[in-house]
Amino acid sequence: MTNTLHRFGNSESFRDDFIVFAIACRGKNEQDALPRLRKFLEMAIPFGPINLGDARNGGALRPSKDLNPTAHWNRDIQPDFQAVVNGLSHITTVAAVFDDRVKAEEFVKKVKAADLGLSINVSTSVDGADQCCHAAGIARHSVGYSLGFEGKTEKLPNSQVLTLMTMCGHGMIASSLAKKMIDWVKEGRRTPDQAVTYLARFCSCGVFNPSRAKRVLENARSSTK
Amino acid sequence: MRIDPQKCVACGNCTYVCPMGAIYIDPVIRRATVDRDECVECYACYNGLSQEHLNPTMVRTVRKVFQFFRLRFEPEPDVCPTAAFAPEDLTWPRIVRRAFSDPRVPHESTGVEGRGTEEVKTNDVSGRVQTGEVGFTIEFGRPAVGVRFHEIQKMTMRLAKAGVAFEKKNPITTLLKDETTGEIRDDILDEKIMSAIVEIKVPVERTEEIIRMVWEVEKEVDTVVCLGVGARCDETGRENIVAPILEQLGYHPERAKTNIGLGRITNKPAAEPRTAAEPVTTR
Repeated sequence: MTNTLHRFGNSESFRDDFIVFAIACRGKNEQDALPRLRKFLEMAIPFGPINLGDARNGGALRPSKDLNPTAHWNRDIQPDFQAVVNGLSHITTVAAVFDDRVKAEEFVKKVKAADLGLSINVSTSVDGADQCCHAAGIARHSVGYSLGFEGKTEKLPNSQVLTLMTMCGHGMIASSLAKKMIDWVKEGRRTPDQAVTYLARFCSCGVFNPSRAKRVLENARSSTK
Repeated sequence: MRIDPQKCVACGNCTYVCPMGAIYIDPVIRRATVDRDECVECYACYNGLSQEHLNPTMVRTVRKVFQFFRLRFEPEPDVCPTAAFAPEDLTWPRIVRRAFSDPRVPHESTGVEGRGTEEVKTNDVSGRVQTGEVGFTIEFGRPAVGVRFHEIQKMTMRLAKAGVAFEKKNPITTLLKDETTGEIRDDILDEKIMSAIVEIKVPVERTEEIIRMVWEVEKEVDTVVCLGVGARCDETGRENIVAPILEQLGYHPERAKTNIGLGRITNKPAAEPRTAAEPVTTR
């Protein structure tokens, strides 16, 4: 899931960003993987994730194809984790997002004990992943480093927008929507909590981190870079 | 993707949600319109916007009244009030845009969603990158810029010239018309996509050479590049071979994806082919 790898920010900015995901390998362990993927998601819920998702159906906050117009005044902005578990329909990548390292560590311990046979990855800062593995008594198998953004970087938006939009590495969160949400929070037209839910609904695999996004939006109130 | 002009009320919500900025309100017809050349068929508009099914005439009337009195009508920003988006039946070569842009659609060549490759995230089971090797994922177009295949071809041709082998289980590799030259199929060269990953594996000694090659190509392409470097850890979980090379080249990786090695082969072995002597039951 390179979509979790290339998030904009430094190590410090990933202090509340821990993604643990499970994936089956084609031709090696995808047979009967669906119940094991579902178990991974179910096991995550007691550890207090801030998002949960699968790559086919999205995260714990999803758009509606038949929205009731009253939603403009009274919209539910609570994530529905159980819907993600129940909605898993295909063998695909599933992910649990945590905003606390200890929670992520405890979940990794649980996953290790469950012995699902699936490939499990932790996507966060280099040190954060190392600490997670150490706490769970696991020796890392492989590592994929992000070397950041290069090339025509002058085409990229400012750092606040970039931080928000790269939390969906598939690129489903448009820079103009991220900028609009920053502006709306600055203008007081929406709270950071509300703005975060608009952004989260566009992430198609559920790895968007609402806690980190909220922090970025709150910081953006008083700065413009 | 197209927007039904009979349904669109020009609320403008969709102009903000297009990652490529390809949706605009056409001043002539006063309806949201998709710039087909810039649209990468990612379906962010169709999948990401919630839909109401309001009567377009009623919504237009309400909007006009509010506009006349200079009142701001402020609906939720992630809603299409009239469900005006109409996905098209895409044909070749345009369909390749969706394959590389809509993360919910698995790539036909690999069966994997997103950018279509497992890279090191299943390395504990696949053994794709071994000790002494480095796996590169060179992604073009991300974030938010997009890329056309003729730009990606600059990289694949350079790598092919250097004698680098492309990862077989990768969607870009399957679109090469000749792996020895790195040329991509002619009929898709001008197609624009959200992003694509060129994936290779080399001995660790070639790490610096490949990175310098990427730096050169980056100067020639009109888009952004994300470089990912995958390596195998030792038995204690340390990775002390590739990281120092990266440091030497001026990189200080802040983020990584770590495969923690809990995967194993669980598929049942394929059945042995039946011999001629075995009877065939038709029951």
